Amino acid sequence: MSAPSVTPSKAASPRHSPPPAAEPVPGGGRFAKSLRRNLTAHGFLIGAVLCFAFFSWYPMVREFLLAFQKTESGQSTWVGFDNLVTVVNDPAFWQAWRNTLLFTVLALVFGFAVPFLVALVINEFHHGQGYLRLLVYLPVMLPPVASVLLFKYLYDPGYGLLNELLRFLHLPEQQWLQDPDLSMLSVVIASTWMNMGGAALIYLAALQSIPGELYEAAELDGAGLLRKIWHVTIPQTRLILSLMLLMQIIATMQVFVEPFLLTGGAGPEGSTTTVVHLIYQYAFNFNNYGAAAALGLLLLVLLAGFSAAYVKLSRAEDE
Amino acid sequence: MSTRTLISPAQLARPRGRILYWVVFAVVVGGFTLAFLGPLYWMVSSGFKDTQEVIQTPPTLVPGSFAPENYSRAWEVMDLATLLFNTLYYALGALAFQLVLDVAAAYSLSKLRPVLGKAVLGMMLATLMIPATVLVVPQYLTVLDVPIFERNLLNSPWVIWLPSVTNAFNIFLLKRFFDSIPKELLDAASIDGASPTRILWSIVLPVSRPILGVVSIFAVVGVWKDFLWPMLTLPDPTAQTLNVGIYSLSAGVPVNVLIAALTIASVPTLLLFLVFQRNIMGGLTAGGLKG
Repeated sequence: MSAPSVTPSKAASPRHSPPPAAEPVPGGGRFAKSLRRNLTAHGFLIGAVLCFAFFSWYPMVREFLLAFQKTESGQSTWVGFDNLVTVVNDPAFWQAWRNTLLFTVLALVFGFAVPFLVALVINEFHHGQGYLRLLVYLPVMLPPVASVLLFKYLYDPGYGLLNELLRFLHLPEQQWLQDPDLSMLSVVIASTWMNMGGAALIYLAALQSIPGELYEAAELDGAGLLRKIWHVTIPQTRLILSLMLLMQIIATMQVFVEPFLLTGGAGPEGSTTTVVHLIYQYAFNFNNYGAAAALGLLLLVLLAGFSAAYVKLSRAEDE
Repeated sequence: MSTRTLISPAQLARPRGRILYWVVFAVVVGGFTLAFLGPLYWMVSSGFKDTQEVIQTPPTLVPGSFAPENYSRAWEVMDLATLLFNTLYYALGALAFQLVLDVAAAYSLSKLRPVLGKAVLGMMLATLMIPATVLVVPQYLTVLDVPIFERNLLNSPWVIWLPSVTNAFNIFLLKRFFDSIPKELLDAASIDGASPTRILWSIVLPVSRPILGVVSIFAVVGVWKDFLWPMLTLPDPTAQTLNVGIYSLSAGVPVNVLIAALTIASVPTLLLFLVFQRNIMGGLTAGGLKG
């Protein structure tokens, strides 16, 4: 979620291949030289290419094959769309999608808006920016098991610090992770705390590149604080904002670790079962790789749209 | 700072603006410290509480009891020495593989430009668009029985090291940096008779130190933070990483010992962060999202 994003378009943009060198050719001929050159170049490339072939490209192909196959005692048979039918008819299917959607919406409300507000506030200060940036990014560096189990402890209905805070404010105590209505929200809050640092720092960099004259001009036109945010800040950072929005959607639709560690994956009444957790269950609890792959393919198709939009936008950013 | 932001300097210069600024500043600094450092303080201090105190209500802010033996118990019960060593071993191995293979690939794609290089790069970047979790199942099946080599990689370090090389993002970062090295520099060396390896070693790598630092940190932190993949591929408790090992033992130990273990697990990456914070936070925005 916090990993910086990429704009692959730049690398993909056409570039002139180097003209045949005019320098003296040391023996051989042009052909021999080009062969030698290519052999060296491929030699440098081969290690990474093999790793990609075995651990990325081959699994990609395999994902497609698995989705239409049934594997029983080592024998794979072609079953067409049977896996897909199995998956869709599973009552857990719709609940998992509802939960994932709920997580995505909540994560956007928190995980998207909060870092932007945080960046907006930090950017206004003339002191202590380094300290604040450090604080915000600190949780990103924690191993997930540490931050998640720490939150489990903070959420504990008995001795947890959060209920203690509510008691102090004379508010009703909550069951947090044990309450099916609250469990997903609790997961999202923890997840936002863990992951927002990266996004906040990217927003901060974007805010700092806004030319100050734009604000001055807006002031001359009598704009107040909110109008300045609406008419200057947001339009000026719109591209980054939409890129981050897409990235967040892609990342949050794949959420697994936080609900898995906080609520064992399913949560009370299955309230935190996500699509990826369902994939995990099919594959590693029921050994039904075909169903897992079929569900994975559905997720892939859905997210491909967002990925395509992302690439298109980042290309626009490059220009 | 130098640049103009939302609130005008004139507004800030007025007495009212000045007071408001400092009030908001104090509230924000206090609030952030509480929100981001608070839980960490809670973790470290709870690690020092005895079994009674850690689950008592209301909780104590300053530990009344002092039980540093939680830390030594956590170290022994959860065999943190093995877990720490494993994690470090996997992380450094992944770093070495990524530095050697990804740098070589990026150099080849950027400067040597082999036939079909663009297609290879495109296929590498395409992996960024496939949601990672979708590939976990077929990747797992692949490491169970690697084709051609017919090896089962479960519980071996290779299962972490080799897939870590397939980091298209790193290759992309490196390639973009190498692209910015002037061609004339390399041509001059080439005319002087330097081989491509020599050019990589003596010219490209020395000027690429900043990006190599960023890639290295991401490589180490990536292994340190990963959970799902090591959980699936390292079922043997003696081969596990900190994340997985602590998780699988977390149900059976007292809360204060568990929290002590979490503290110990957090220390290495936090130290790494404090030492390299400039590179880490700079690297974040070096990734292509420019302001």
